Amino acid sequence: MATGVAAWLPFARAAAIGWMPVANLPMPIAPTEKNKRADELIILNVSGRRFETWRNTLDRYPDTLLGSSEKEFFYNEDTKEYFFDRDPDVFRAVLNFYRTGKLHYPRSECILAYDEELSFFGIIPEIIGDCCYEEYKDRRRENQERLMDDDEDKKDAKLPNMTFRETMWRAFENPHTSTMALVFYYVTGFFIAISVLTNVVETVPCGTTPNTKEVPCGERYTVAFFCMDTACVLIFTVEYLMRLFAAPSRYRFMRSVMSIIDVVAILPYYIGLVMTNNEDVSGAFVTLRVFRVFRIFKFSRHSQGLRILGYTLKSCASELGFLLFSLTMAIIIFATVMFYAEKGSTSSKFTSIPASFWYTIVTMTTLGYGDMVPKTIAGKIFGSICSLSGVLVIALPVPVIVSNFSRIYHQNQRADKRRAQKMQKARLARIRISKTGNSNAFLHSKRNGLFSDALELTSSTEEEQQLSKNQSLLESQHHHLLHCLEKTTNHKFADEQCYEQSYLEGALHSYPSRSPSFSSQEGMTGTCCTCCSKRNHGPFPNSSMPTCLLTNPPSHTHPHHNLQELSTIHIQPLNTSRSSLNMLVDEPARPNCQSGTITTAIISSPMPPATTPEVDAHLPPTGFALQNVVKVSAM
Amino acid sequence: MDSQAKRVETISARLDAAGSSTDSVEDELELSAVRHRPEGLEQLEALTRFNRKELQILYRGFKNECPSGVVNEDTFKDIYSQFFPQGDASKYAHFLFNAFDTNKDGSVSFEDFVMGLSILLRGSVQEKLNWAFNLYDINKDGYITKEEMLDIMKAIYDMMGKCTYPLVKDDTPRQHVELFFQKMDKNKDGVVTIDEFIDCCQNDENIMRSMQLFENVI
Repeated sequence: MATGVAAWLPFARAAAIGWMPVANLPMPIAPTEKNKRADELIILNVSGRRFETWRNTLDRYPDTLLGSSEKEFFYNEDTKEYFFDRDPDVFRAVLNFYRTGKLHYPRSECILAYDEELSFFGIIPEIIGDCCYEEYKDRRRENQERLMDDDEDKKDAKLPNMTFRETMWRAFENPHTSTMALVFYYVTGFFIAISVLTNVVETVPCGTTPNTKEVPCGERYTVAFFCMDTACVLIFTVEYLMRLFAAPSRYRFMRSVMSIIDVVAILPYYIGLVMTNNEDVSGAFVTLRVFRVFRIFKFSRHSQGLRILGYTLKSCASELGFLLFSLTMAIIIFATVMFYAEKGSTSSKFTSIPASFWYTIVTMTTLGYGDMVPKTIAGKIFGSICSLSGVLVIALPVPVIVSNFSRIYHQNQRADKRRAQKMQKARLARIRISKTGNSNAFLHSKRNGLFSDALELTSSTEEEQQLSKNQSLLESQHHHLLHCLEKTTNHKFADEQCYEQSYLEGALHSYPSRSPSFSSQEGMTGTCCTCCSKRNHGPFPNSSMPTCLLTNPPSHTHPHHNLQELSTIHIQPLNTSRSSLNMLVDEPARPNCQSGTITTAIISSPMPPATTPEVDAHLPPTGFALQNVVKVSAM
Repeated sequence: MDSQAKRVETISARLDAAGSSTDSVEDELELSAVRHRPEGLEQLEALTRFNRKELQILYRGFKNECPSGVVNEDTFKDIYSQFFPQGDASKYAHFLFNAFDTNKDGSVSFEDFVMGLSILLRGSVQEKLNWAFNLYDINKDGYITKEEMLDIMKAIYDMMGKCTYPLVKDDTPRQHVELFFQKMDKNKDGVVTIDEFIDCCQNDENIMRSMQLFENVI
């Protein structure tokens, strides 16, 4: 029952008078408040700040610290108040939960401190109201990420018993792990720089010998440059081979971007070694040397920023592709227009449409070299339109990339939110469980309730109290209300499994497929179906009495097993049931039962396998008085 | 009495700002802006059979759930449904609402609430039966017809939900209504009048006993 509306329970019970003239059966006795106290104020002293509230307010949530008898541990006899040595600010939120039924998360509190307080007072955080739940989850996530980051830093601690190969790999990946790794890191960096510099300087014209024209340094000091190149390539090759050896997954390593760059960086040299003597392909060989510039990308192992840039470009690829596409469209349009506009003019440079591409690109990017200019008036008009639109079109990439940065950032958030949504589903499932738990609580307590009726016969008050202590007065009144409704309509509440069974039986043993409702019963603990509570109220005029299949409440596991057989069968006469009080005995005899005589035998009904959970079979009683329990526990 | 007592504060600024809104929107605004303060404790004590302390407790609970001081039908249905998680209590709540809303203004104020409760919990058997008759007589014409009873019965059975044992068949409410009319309709004219109703109930031991059931609710 939603304890938020506990205050309206008297009204609901009063309204039940509306059912009375319609009912044909006597109503159950109302639960009495055994020690009815006038509602009193209780004082909660939290670290010196005194909070006062009605006792009833706290009793609304009996499974928390303040609502149960657990708070008696904190009762201070001298000052007649409950003292808690906790944070009073967070306690405000906790107490407001009792008052309003909604739990809020105060934004100024640290998430860990808040969680601790909640667990101290026995409140699950899932019931935080929707207004504050997002914030709570965000803070929680942030905190966990922070902890994860800290953990990652700690991860670099050297694990014992690492093989040489693993050590090497770790050294390559993270140069700070050992001195050797650091040395290696710097050496390779140095050689990359040298290699790139060599490539550049190679082409600079060095001083001339008096009789020849200027030659680039590369041709003048061929040997020197060749030695330098060889040295660099040697270093790179050795590095690549070492990485290949140390990689935990060689195949994956060979596919990675960095290794491809490595290969491309050193390959031209080897190809050049092979092909030096052939003049025909030396042209191709020269082109290959261009690839040496890829060595500069090897720096990305050394620079985090480069890696992020690369990643961004990769993820912006689709946007940039679209941009390129639209640019191409614009270029083609304007080039065509310019070509036809300039066709008439003499000695025009716009010889063909592809030739006009150059003009369009230069104009749209506002470069304006001036090597091609329109001469006709139409050409000039369209040329100016072209340059204006160019400004607009070129201005597009910047926000695209900016928005991509933020998109990448938000994607991270969204991934986390998706994770949070899964938790949202889990949260909703939990709330649903507790709600169905409430409705099952009625069914559950009916059994216990009737049990206590019987106890009044045989009674010892301790046992009574023992059973009723678990139920607050509110709950018992609510259950009494539901009981009255049952009597009015002459039907009983059943849980879903019972409903399925009786539905199936009504359908004359048809074999329906496994109903999805079973999966929806995930949340239900296996409470005992009360259709076995056949305390007969009156002959059912037309209905047959089908066998009712019950689920035994096991130790709160879900009864989804396809058992068909009944195993041990216990027949319990009531008189000896005292000893078996600890077992979950089913309904005992009615209060006006004469004696505990054993009734009839058991029927096991062949149920279709798809729908049989754990099975308790129970024969409907044949008479009014003989109501004894036949309980089957299926293992 | 209610209309005299009721002091409705409409936030006229809000309505003015709404400008030329349609009627339904205005009504919504008005309802949401309506606040209600009940009569003083003394008057209520005179009107009902509750003492001061009980009225205090009732009002605190009432106001907690409805801070604005009035309950409209949706809130009412919502609250009532929470007590019957397995079934659909909205239809019965609708009838209950009409029974409590004596001046038919679409909302149950604290006075209505507490006067209804006073009859139900502290009234004489005659008054209670009267109240029940009023509940069943949907159109308040003084007769309970089979159709009205069938509506009420269906509403009650709806509260059970579908997971019942035995299953509620389609004609179960109708059968129950037949049973009811057999018992109550003495002159077999197809309707039950208030006198037949009260007579019959007073002769039925079960009903008499169950009427006393909720004496000690507050």
